[in-house]
Amino acid sequence: MAVMARPRGMVREEVVDRFATEKSIAGWNILVAFLALALGGLMGVLQVLQYNGIDLYRPLKAILPGGYYQGLTLHGVLNVLVFTTFYIIGFLTFIAAKAFDRPLASKGMAWFTFYFMVAGLLIAAVPILLNRATVMFTFYPPLKANGFYYLGLTMVVVGTYFLLVNLVMTYRAWRKENPAAKTPLAAYMSIITMTMWVIATFGIATEMIFLLIPWAFGLVPGTDVLLARTLFWFTGHPIVYFWLLPAYISWYTLVPKQAGGKLFSEPMARVSFVLFLVLSVPIGIHHQYTDPGISQIWKLVHFIFTVGVFFPSLLTFFNVVASLEHAGRSRGGEGWLAWIFALPWKEPSFTTQVFAMLLFAFGGAGGVINASYNLNLVVHNTSWISGHFHLTVGSAVALTFMGITYWLVPYLTGRALWSKGLGLAQAWLWLIGMILFSHFMHMLGLHGMPRRTMIGAAPYVLPEWKLLLPFTMIGGLLMFTSALCFLVNTLMTIYAGRREEPAEVPFAKALSGPEDVPAVLDRFWPWVLGSLVLVAINYGPTLYFLVSTGRFNIPGLSPW
Amino acid sequence: MIKNDEKFIGYIFEVAWILPSVAIPVAVITAVVLTAFAVGIRVPDVVGRIEPKAIAVTAPFDQPGLRELAPGKYEAAIVAQVFLFTPNEIEIPAGSEVTFVLTSRDVIHGFKIVGTAVNMMVVPGQISKLTVRFDQPGEYLIVCHEYCGSGHHVMSGKVIVQ
Repeated sequence: MAVMARPRGMVREEVVDRFATEKSIAGWNILVAFLALALGGLMGVLQVLQYNGIDLYRPLKAILPGGYYQGLTLHGVLNVLVFTTFYIIGFLTFIAAKAFDRPLASKGMAWFTFYFMVAGLLIAAVPILLNRATVMFTFYPPLKANGFYYLGLTMVVVGTYFLLVNLVMTYRAWRKENPAAKTPLAAYMSIITMTMWVIATFGIATEMIFLLIPWAFGLVPGTDVLLARTLFWFTGHPIVYFWLLPAYISWYTLVPKQAGGKLFSEPMARVSFVLFLVLSVPIGIHHQYTDPGISQIWKLVHFIFTVGVFFPSLLTFFNVVASLEHAGRSRGGEGWLAWIFALPWKEPSFTTQVFAMLLFAFGGAGGVINASYNLNLVVHNTSWISGHFHLTVGSAVALTFMGITYWLVPYLTGRALWSKGLGLAQAWLWLIGMILFSHFMHMLGLHGMPRRTMIGAAPYVLPEWKLLLPFTMIGGLLMFTSALCFLVNTLMTIYAGRREEPAEVPFAKALSGPEDVPAVLDRFWPWVLGSLVLVAINYGPTLYFLVSTGRFNIPGLSPW
Repeated sequence: MIKNDEKFIGYIFEVAWILPSVAIPVAVITAVVLTAFAVGIRVPDVVGRIEPKAIAVTAPFDQPGLRELAPGKYEAAIVAQVFLFTPNEIEIPAGSEVTFVLTSRDVIHGFKIVGTAVNMMVVPGQISKLTVRFDQPGEYLIVCHEYCGSGHHVMSGKVIVQ
């Protein structure tokens, strides 16, 4: 394949400097993200050890007075809220600017986004660490946390809005100079992702501002539990696409190039993203199949639309694997499957992300089971669900973000990755550890083990659980080792990596590229409108019913 | 620049993949709708609201426990609170059909009977209801599967089928 001409010398310097703000913002966000992952991951290890009778909460009582459940709250908040959100904001800030080939419209707003989110994080962190917010990352009322917990989390969410504003301003400026061109794929996808997210957060923002914050600060005496829960899941499901779509951006626009090939089809990639924008939000009730007070009919409708989201996921699966096959064949691979061995398996960034895809294939299939209305009765709130989302957010997302970091940190610092061998070991350890952990968590769930439960202290542990539990511990420890390898490698790269001229950002060309993209797949409003209409149809009647019959009189308590 | 006939082959592959990508979701939807309506495996529905402060004077929770509605048909009224179910043990003959009716005094609890399709959230202010038939004799574990506080992991019960 053709080698791209790389600008050198003065030109290179100039190119690097234009993106200084975006680079620092990416770097700081990634730093916060991985600090969160490290601490959250450590909490995860304490949990699998506790499941197997090794209770480290007692010696840690001074710093973790809430024990298992406080640790579990930290694990959830740090890993699925803090790690993901900060990484995504950092990555999208950087990748959208590079894709537009122009800095973001407002540097000030870009920094404000970061500072506002950090301020929110610090405000929320205090009550969590003081065991005043041991309510998990789902914070279902009437479990009542200290008000600053809700306030801080709300600030983190609101902070992300400014990235969308900044991206839209950047897009407008770019569009003025490029009236006829198609929006660069990664930029288009970044804006779609952030737009979907802002629509999605309508639920959680309403819940926080109108229900939880006034209630937690004592301004109103009570709240309505089911309404709050429904607003939570309004955001709580699409948040998984907010985590996933940035990983998809990497799989579509970067990984094909890293593999040595091209993206199979840009139009198809765009179809999948606009469908995610339209379909991600109006399906959240599939998390509430077992809730009272919500009609079976709307549960069934949300099920049907949820299975609809499987369609863009299958398109992604095809498109990404076809791109990998193209890469394998471009590198001289042959045969029906033997081309797989021609792929660059010695490159940690590539290997890590392909493992993420592999684990996600199982996570996605399991997700269809969870979403399947009555089949959900078998698995709801069992450890099957924990097994499931460790394959999705814990693998598809977390491993992809690690994979991106393997080229992005060298790019940002101008230093080569400290050890490729350690990077590969990390990828393999996570793969094996996660297969063990998630498989046995799924099995335990089928045998009825509840999630979010201090199993090591439960009086009702069934004999079959005892046989399966040790494997979750082995898997968890392997993943923790993997995470340590990752952190050591990243830190050593920053402080001791060999200095080298940064490579180009590996944007992939497409076999079927922008020239084949119909105009509607380069627009935003038709899809935003489609999303809003579907949200109104799928949520309108349920929300109206809950608000009109609501009695805001449940006082709440903090039983921990 | 890629040749047009190669692009055409690309389109054929895309279409070949899109067909099963539509067929699989349609098959899943069909299977679930059939089990819901033909077999009758449903999820909890709207039952009604209840004032948590008035649980002690609202039927059937004023007298929690098992009641026989007709031969072989029972209703089990259960109240959930931190960290127990009242009652936490019920005994029935094999072949009985039991409707579980629950509410919560305080926070959200979970109610799962391991090995059955009974799985529901118990929400303060709401009544939850599911019906199931117990054909196999034995002990069925009931677990609270929603985090409800520091004693969540002791909140359990059992159904004994004779």
